[in-house]
Amino acid sequence: MTTSALSRKTPGSKSGSKPGGKPGSKAARQGAYKKPFNWRRAGAWTLVIVAIIVTVAPFLWMLRTALSSNASLASNASNLLPADFSLGAFKRVLGLQTPEEAIAEGGSGAAINFWLYLRNSIIFASVTTAGQVFFSAMAAYAFSRLRWPGRNMVFGLFLATMMVPPIFTALPNFLMIKNLGLLNTFAGLALPFLFMTPFAIFFLRQFFLSMSREVEEAAMLDGAKHLRIFFQIVLPNAAAPLATLALLTFIGQWNEYFWPLLVGQDESVRVLTVGLGVFKSQSPQGAPDWSGLMAATLIAALPVLLLFIAFGKRVVNSIGFSGIK
Amino acid sequence: MTTITKLPDPVAGGSKHPQRGKTPRPGRGRRLGDLRIALLFILPAMVGFVAFFLIPTIRGIYLSFTEYSVLGDPTWIGTKNYTAIFADELFWNAMAVTLQYVGLNIGFQTVIALGLALLMHRVAKSTLIRGALLLPFLVANVIVALLWFWMLDYQIGIVNEIINWFGLPRIAFFGSEQWAIPTIAGVNVWRHMGYTALLIFAGLQSIPSHVYEVASLDGASQTRTFWSITMPLLRPVLVLVLVVTVIGSFQVFDTVAVTTGGGPINASRVIQMYIYQKAFGESDFGYASALSVILFVILALVAFIQMKFLKGNESDLD
Repeated sequence: MTTSALSRKTPGSKSGSKPGGKPGSKAARQGAYKKPFNWRRAGAWTLVIVAIIVTVAPFLWMLRTALSSNASLASNASNLLPADFSLGAFKRVLGLQTPEEAIAEGGSGAAINFWLYLRNSIIFASVTTAGQVFFSAMAAYAFSRLRWPGRNMVFGLFLATMMVPPIFTALPNFLMIKNLGLLNTFAGLALPFLFMTPFAIFFLRQFFLSMSREVEEAAMLDGAKHLRIFFQIVLPNAAAPLATLALLTFIGQWNEYFWPLLVGQDESVRVLTVGLGVFKSQSPQGAPDWSGLMAATLIAALPVLLLFIAFGKRVVNSIGFSGIK
Repeated sequence: MTTITKLPDPVAGGSKHPQRGKTPRPGRGRRLGDLRIALLFILPAMVGFVAFFLIPTIRGIYLSFTEYSVLGDPTWIGTKNYTAIFADELFWNAMAVTLQYVGLNIGFQTVIALGLALLMHRVAKSTLIRGALLLPFLVANVIVALLWFWMLDYQIGIVNEIINWFGLPRIAFFGSEQWAIPTIAGVNVWRHMGYTALLIFAGLQSIPSHVYEVASLDGASQTRTFWSITMPLLRPVLVLVLVVTVIGSFQVFDTVAVTTGGGPINASRVIQMYIYQKAFGESDFGYASALSVILFVILALVAFIQMKFLKGNESDLD
């Protein structure tokens, strides 16, 4: 695919470093080409490894802390292994520990209604993802396959809103949700994300435009209507980009903090990100329940981590500006 | 580009004038195309667009000229909010803090990401490595903030343990005025560097390999190749990355909200934190709206200036 000057050298230096690959003078001659040690390359790999350690080590520290007993953390601050190994933090967060046990383990007594927040996060993230991806796909179909007056103008207008910073629309949106009496409801949480984002429409339109139309045209000649073509031909053929978009949207929604902080303060609809913030601010200044906090963050990050392990390649490969120009 | 929809129309080209009556389709069909079905397809997105993007944008601008405390109706006060903002020391403080944050965040992030992208491009092509570097970006801001809040704890955080081990004095990362913003900037560099590197990496991959081959045949050194080939050809992508990351950086909120809450004193009260506090702490929606109009204008200017002066929309490849 991509061959830079450096990477093209790789096969050469590899075969050169195999001693005794070929007999006689040929091997000796190859030895002349062989570089004893590629410092530049070793340095580059060292940097890569450092970068990976810097990236991954904090997550391991999160796990190490979550598996520690909170009471023992202070006296084992620099021990790399869990301090006084215990699953107590997880039990505490998941509500499987009595208050007495929690205090004994150094829990702060701060409560996190984890299962409820987890449920709320799942509802919020999946409803908004489903709505946003589906409605954006419909709009993208109209922008890529149908001909109608004003199409490009409307599309331009949609794209222009990508420039508007979320905080700018968040204040009026909050007022509207409040006036509608939808504060602290799932409807209020989900509505602004439910119908579209300019990015989702742009992303799908780009893909629809690149899709071959032969099948659709054949179906059209057979008298199929647009609705049928959309559901039976376009959507199935676009399964891969739809899945990628859904994945990215879900991760984004799962991590959303600002909007739920504004309209979803109430316990009954509080999502995990907001719940974690509350949990942290509840803990007393002197002795926060670090183990509990890390256990909670770890479980809160788990769905995204699992999705990433399962579909990581899709996410990694979807990142880039290929579609913009 | 033409769709097949016209083919089955048996009376195509029949009438030039739009007709009303028994057969209105041909004429109108030509002008309006698939308008009716298009309206159906676009309806939900349009509802969302109008209700949650268009109207709020207009309403936000309107509110910035009013005094509005949620109770009662907004009262028009002209440009009073704006004149008050320009005399508001906290606003200028918030701007200074935000700019300091953006400078530190973008500066380190872009340089590190560029380095990582080059490494990925030259030596470490595996998707696994790219995936690992992307990991922090996929985890919520709030989680990243809490994780570092713990690791940077003054008493028993591992980072201060390491600092202490080297015999240096402990640092109150989130607790001191001088360290709060650099710390928050650093945390977000950590979260975003892999993602930014992937964006740049995608740009690197679009540089055709023959350019490098010619350079290597001409005996150009690595450094020379980087400055004379890679950087100029990468410029459009770099500009886009900068526009996107700078705009995002100006809107930093989550990390601040979870860790310092804007403190100590005013040391980390970034502009979005200030807007949030004005609107939801003091119920001053008019003032908060004016602040967000100003933020909006700044972001638009930043994007415009970057595109204009760095010529982001021109490629040297042509």
